[in-house]
Amino acid sequence: MLGGSSLNLKETELCLGLPGGGVGEGETLKVTGKRGFSETVDLKLNLQSDEAAMDLKDKMKSSSKDNCIKDAVKPPAKAQVVGWPPVRSFRKNIMAQKNNQAEETTEKAGGGSAAFVKVSMDGAPYLRKVDLKMYKSYQELSDALAKMFSSFTMGNYGTQGMIDFMNESKLMDLLNSSEYVPSYEDKDGDWMLVGDVPWE
Amino acid sequence: MSHDPAEMSEDDERPPPADRGRVEYASPHADQVLENVLENVLVFLTCRRDRSSVSLVCKSWCRAEALTRSELFIGNCYAVSPARATERFERVRSVALKGKPRFADFSLLPPDWGAHFAPWASAMAGAYPGLEKVYLKRMSVTDEDLAVLARSFPQFKELALVCCEGFGTSGLAVVASHCRQLRVLDLIESEVTDDEVDWISCFPDGETSLESLIFDCVECTINFNALERLVARSSSLKKLRLNRYVSIVQLYRLMIRAPQLTHLGTGSFSPSEIVQQGDQEPDYASAFAACRSLVCLSGFREIIPDYLPAIYPVCANLTSLNFSYANINAEQLRSVISRCHKLQIFWVLDSICDEGLQAVAATCKDLRELRVFPIDAAENNEGPVSDVGFLAIAEGCRKLQSILYFCQQMTNAAVIAMSNNCQDLVVFRLCIIPRYRADRITEEPMDEGFGAIVKNCKKLTRLAVSGLLTDRAFSYIGQYGKLVQTLSVAFNGDSDMGLKYVLEGCSSLQKLEIRDSPFGDSALLSGLHHYYNMRFLWMSSCRVTRRGCREIAQQMPGLVVEVFSWNNDAQDRGEENDTVETLYMYRSLARRVDAPKYVEIL
Repeated sequence: MLGGSSLNLKETELCLGLPGGGVGEGETLKVTGKRGFSETVDLKLNLQSDEAAMDLKDKMKSSSKDNCIKDAVKPPAKAQVVGWPPVRSFRKNIMAQKNNQAEETTEKAGGGSAAFVKVSMDGAPYLRKVDLKMYKSYQELSDALAKMFSSFTMGNYGTQGMIDFMNESKLMDLLNSSEYVPSYEDKDGDWMLVGDVPWE
Repeated sequence: MSHDPAEMSEDDERPPPADRGRVEYASPHADQVLENVLENVLVFLTCRRDRSSVSLVCKSWCRAEALTRSELFIGNCYAVSPARATERFERVRSVALKGKPRFADFSLLPPDWGAHFAPWASAMAGAYPGLEKVYLKRMSVTDEDLAVLARSFPQFKELALVCCEGFGTSGLAVVASHCRQLRVLDLIESEVTDDEVDWISCFPDGETSLESLIFDCVECTINFNALERLVARSSSLKKLRLNRYVSIVQLYRLMIRAPQLTHLGTGSFSPSEIVQQGDQEPDYASAFAACRSLVCLSGFREIIPDYLPAIYPVCANLTSLNFSYANINAEQLRSVISRCHKLQIFWVLDSICDEGLQAVAATCKDLRELRVFPIDAAENNEGPVSDVGFLAIAEGCRKLQSILYFCQQMTNAAVIAMSNNCQDLVVFRLCIIPRYRADRITEEPMDEGFGAIVKNCKKLTRLAVSGLLTDRAFSYIGQYGKLVQTLSVAFNGDSDMGLKYVLEGCSSLQKLEIRDSPFGDSALLSGLHHYYNMRFLWMSSCRVTRRGCREIAQQMPGLVVEVFSWNNDAQDRGEENDTVETLYMYRSLARRVDAPKYVEIL
């Protein structure tokens, strides 16, 4: 079931995948409000909501069938007529406001979507995905990444060649040492050192 | 408020004291007894139309009626002067005033046109010390006016401001703090300036008499803690409509304090902060379940559809549901509407599509009023709702009385179907958004559809037309629309004949608003026999000329004929043969003294 198969992409709070929280009829009516955005973007910390929306749009065009809000085939632009259609200015303003709010960054409170980004570590066999919204600072992110990649760490530590990956504190030291530095690829494709740009 | 068009009748002059003395001298007691008896009886007469009839019987009945009228309704604030009204009716407890013409809602009236509440406020301050209720619609109200209300009427209980502007939170603060017996404070679709005054905190301490607090249109933050305390000490509160700055968590806190609510506006219906996975969220559904008397639900201003299931517990009892700010799709709607078997009033956005309307039609067999608003107000070839959803409603909701439907495409067949199925229709307002659009399938004008509505729906009193219409449509309206009181026309018709048909045929016509239609002086002049029976006529961007308007003004001294355009002032009036941009005329016992420069009164 494609919930919210809306092409009104400015409203990014609509689910693409299964409704978040998976609340069904027989289940407890308690809702979590958690959204399961299956769409991801590459690790670009400077998230542009327009770019995200554009990616979404391409994906949706290929995957959606009957759309609720059909892509309107606009006739050649007619002159704007004052007061037509007869929707009260109050209501028009409200709707315009909603569109504006949705256009703001997806991190906006209540906007709903998680901000998943791919994370890769040199030498790791596979990549991980992390929800940036879960963390409030670089330190938190760094710790989380460290935990995530703890199972992969091999290499230069010790002459034994094999790391004792159950030893967490050593792991943390390793990961936090100068051997590994968190970096990210920004929208220009450049590798940047984490920490320069303020978290927000 | 009822929309009974009956109003104050033409006033008789009161007999001078000398005459009265002479009559009394002849039979002093009989006259007095009659009036006393009459007054005691008339006190029970509440219907405006009846009161109007009573006042026309004779002078003493007129006097008795005036003394016993406690509810004053003035459908056009410029129809009579405040002084005259307060002089005739001495013992009024409730006043309802309507100001600007409806097309002001669509930016067709230049700003500062008028409808000021101030002269009424000061007249009433002197005349009605016992005033309890004020209802204003499309009036210009200032903070000072609100202060006058708050200071002048110690018994003041109910204030409703609908589609008003000119005031702010500082005015609200004065009302909250001074009106100690306040039961009702309803702000509906009004523009409220943010003066950064914490008006919620201005309600007096201790138990309040509040029964209704509606502020969903107030576009500024409020002191939530103060609101929570206010709700906690208002045990009579039945109606609470929050603005979009109240989050769903805050809503929860209010609901658990007020399970007695019957009408609830939910505010934003989303969290104000990011909800982390694993966060403990309140049990919203149980809060709704606790409100056993809830019958009317609205709000959902920034809805996150995931929270919709919280309202399931109340759906079975709902008679009124307003989703018109909720961008939800058919599937999301279905889960709610399928439980709303008792629903009578439903407002919604067209995001629900034809499928959503089919779901409504399948369940809401008791539906009386439906309004479908457009998310996208642009003219398009296609839209989410069309004649398909309209037909579903026509077939499923046989008890429909009132419909407002915006769409991009429509067919005569669907409209005819509704005219046959929904015999109880009183209000039919169809807005086909693209101007001059014909029947989607036959490509014919929409004449037959609207014709069927006026012909088959024998109770119809309000009609708004749209789409491609020829004069034939208007001939149908004139021929069959004998009960039509309000008619709205926009971008329709071929010639003067269209308007002539209406003015000559619609004998109950009260309010006629026309824009961008090819009706000129000849048509205008064909209504002379009827204009005194009407509240107003509005014609903008039509073909009436200054000469034609002046002709009307000369022939009908009881009408105020206003002519204006957006860019005119006194120096730049234009020639007699020029078409006027806007004509607004209305019956009146007074001349306007507060008209802005761009208004010319002929």
